[in-house]
Amino acid sequence: MANDPNELFFAARMGGTAFILSLGGEILEIGGGKSRMRLPYAPQLVGDPDTGVVHGGVITAMLDQTCGVAVASALKEIMPFATLDLRIDYMKPAKPRTDIFVEAECLKVTHEVAFTRGIAYQTARDEPIALSTGAFMLIRDRDSKPAA
Amino acid sequence: MELLKHAAYEKRAPDPAALLAAIPFCRHMGISATVVQGALTLVMPYQPLLIGNPVLPALHGGAIGAFLETAAIAQVAWELGGTELPKTIDISIDYLRTGRAVESSASARIAKRGRRVVNVHAELWQEDVAKPVASLRGHFLLAS
Repeated sequence: MANDPNELFFAARMGGTAFILSLGGEILEIGGGKSRMRLPYAPQLVGDPDTGVVHGGVITAMLDQTCGVAVASALKEIMPFATLDLRIDYMKPAKPRTDIFVEAECLKVTHEVAFTRGIAYQTARDEPIALSTGAFMLIRDRDSKPAA
Repeated sequence: MELLKHAAYEKRAPDPAALLAAIPFCRHMGISATVVQGALTLVMPYQPLLIGNPVLPALHGGAIGAFLETAAIAQVAWELGGTELPKTIDISIDYLRTGRAVESSASARIAKRGRRVVNVHAELWQEDVAKPVASLRGHFLLAS
């Protein structure tokens, strides 16, 4: 069912969200509750024009997206979900003109909530630029929407 | 940043609208700033590239987080001055409601100012300021 809203949501979450596409982020690997993405350096990502360092919000967006993809790959059935909270520690500034890689893992899925952990790095995975912890709310009833 | 250095040299607060216009990622997200009755408010008009869930539709959690972080940084730069932008140490974002495909606003306040680190709280709302869509708490390092 190509028009199934849950499938449309999943298709978008698997790399096609408008916001991540506008940043240039791409998925490298998905599966088994894990995901890996790449964000090539681009001028519109810069947060400090003096140094060329990317805006922290870019890292936030990539961690949110990569964790969401990890959740999608951990679910046994297709359903929408939404970020409940996201905590990010910035270990060091990202190097300008260098790609950013983001890896995420879905640690646990309960009936209502999925728990994730993410890491952003550039040249070496053991020298992260940021670490994240996030929870996602699973929306099991397709007719119900998050409280407005 | 040049703009911050000029403001600091002239002993005045930096122009928040000019500050945001000088940051490429803020231009990408369409973020602007207004000062009303001595308080700084940031505005992010809706545009399709901000979408994360095309079915509802809803804004991307990352767009919401990036906007809140920008509000916190802009508040610190505007209120405390300094010659460089404050650096984010950590942030914690709570998503309270669906971010709908409409204009968003955000404001921030400094909860605690230390010598090197400030604790900042920020909120994002859409049509009703009493119904926040998301909130942020964060620590930011002041330029030495």
